[in-house]
Amino acid sequence: MSELRTDLQMVADWIHPGARVLDLGCGDGSLLAYLHAQRQVTGYGLEIDPDKIVSCIASGLNVLQTDLDEGLSDFEADSFDQVIMTQTLQAVRRPDKLLDEMLRVAEEGIVTFPNFAHWRLRYDHSVRGRMPRSEALSYRWYETPNIHLCTLRDFEELCHTMNIRLIQRQVMSHDLKRLRMAQWRPNLFGEVAMYRFRRAD
Amino acid sequence: MPESIPADSVGLVAPKCEHFDEPIELECGRQLASYDLVYEAYGELNADATNAVLVCHALSGTHHAAGYHDMTERKPGWWDNCIGPGKPIDTNRFFVVCCNNLGGCHGSTGPMSPNPETGEPYGPAFPMVTVRDWVVSQARLADRLGIQRWAAVVGGSLGGMQAMQWSTDYPDRLAHAVVIAGAPRLSAQNIAFNEVARQAIRSDPEFHGGNYLAANTVPRRGLMLARMLGHITYLSEEAMRAKFGRDLREGKDEYDFHYEVEFEVESYLRYQGKSFVNRFDANTYLLMTKALDYFDPAAPYGHDLAKALEPAQVPFLILSFTSDWRFAPSRSREIVRALLECKKDVCYAEIEADHGHDAFLMPIPQYLAVLGTYMQRVANEVGA
Repeated sequence: MSELRTDLQMVADWIHPGARVLDLGCGDGSLLAYLHAQRQVTGYGLEIDPDKIVSCIASGLNVLQTDLDEGLSDFEADSFDQVIMTQTLQAVRRPDKLLDEMLRVAEEGIVTFPNFAHWRLRYDHSVRGRMPRSEALSYRWYETPNIHLCTLRDFEELCHTMNIRLIQRQVMSHDLKRLRMAQWRPNLFGEVAMYRFRRAD
Repeated sequence: MPESIPADSVGLVAPKCEHFDEPIELECGRQLASYDLVYEAYGELNADATNAVLVCHALSGTHHAAGYHDMTERKPGWWDNCIGPGKPIDTNRFFVVCCNNLGGCHGSTGPMSPNPETGEPYGPAFPMVTVRDWVVSQARLADRLGIQRWAAVVGGSLGGMQAMQWSTDYPDRLAHAVVIAGAPRLSAQNIAFNEVARQAIRSDPEFHGGNYLAANTVPRRGLMLARMLGHITYLSEEAMRAKFGRDLREGKDEYDFHYEVEFEVESYLRYQGKSFVNRFDANTYLLMTKALDYFDPAAPYGHDLAKALEPAQVPFLILSFTSDWRFAPSRSREIVRALLECKKDVCYAEIEADHGHDAFLMPIPQYLAVLGTYMQRVANEVGA
């Protein structure tokens, strides 16, 4: 099996062995395939891109062609242990409603998203007067699918208002040196944010 | 007519026939004391008989799913786009079987066959057959062919319903179920269209209560109308617009103000209707539409489809087509949802296509890619 993308590797570390998992926007299925092989995880991937669906089928995964903007109504409440959404939150029409849906179908959610408060993006906008771009956010403004970008602070505030309890946070950078800085000031130096969360009791 | 057989065709094929003397108890309460099943097979059955795929046909389908009967045949079998060497259902790996269903009119015992009690054709005396009955008869054919377990049971439309029925009635006799452009049961609208088709046939003066063969005639007009109506439901509005628009025949651009064929679409429908009459029996058409109407596996389970599918042990591939309004994607999603509820393995793809319900017969690249990839996975699993 080929190397897993670094952020997916970190997500994989948060998955309980043998868990029943739903992966929203599962792409070519590499995370699910890895989890299935390494952690005996079962579950489904949801994807909208026809080519990626073929890749998932080739990998022997359960994949369902689904538009996440239409919600998760095909799934019963509490039918999964964990629900994962990597790098997709910022591209859905209503991230808040989807977070709610995630915690309806699963006990625990995991999301990753690009941090819009990363210092380089701040620099692009405030000093250069440009729409920010970075390695984690490479689209140009007119072609980007990312319609709801947010920062760590924004996400945490939303979770607070939605009565969602954050269990774990991890920030990533595209190299390890910056990663140490990112642990120190995550909202400034973290390029990609990762959260594990549950419904607050 | 093919000038030469294409390299990716199964080539020249010939139907075979199996005769069964063991009576079959039908769901309607009647029985057939003996019957024939005509089928075709493509590819080689491997030594362990693990690579067999059953293809189930739809309303007007036959056992002739792929290849050519002879060099004068105008078109290959009905699913030639999907069955053949290197095609999605790859005959280099699979042994593919397709039988004409009981009640059919292409060789298997049906209304045109002689009733052993009278020596005359059954006609309207042929018992009603259901999807469940077909699956029972197909299982007996599998026994006869030495196939204990199908690598996959695959079908589109009414064929998909048979694949679903297989998964619950013989859960250990298949490894995968592929349901294409299917539905868990007909809607009121679907039944309504079937009823109009049946009335068209039954109200034809040549119908003679179904005994038209004895009267040495056929209800051509009624069967033609039934097919014309059916055909409209197989196409999407986009497909009809693209194919005919409002074009007039023979390049005319002015109306003639009469009731003969003027628009291309009228000409096409009449052609479809007329050619259908030459290859299909009216009583079979009535039976097949009733089999569709009666299919409702969830009904005995308080209309809980998940409960009905609970006995299934196999992974499913469910496919739908965006412009299919006969069995729309939402109908396939009902099946998916039920499978999710009972935690079955399932893949679902909604293929972008403007051909309507007929899309399942078309060589649409994304469709072939999804089906082919899934079938490769099946082949790898069963050691085909």
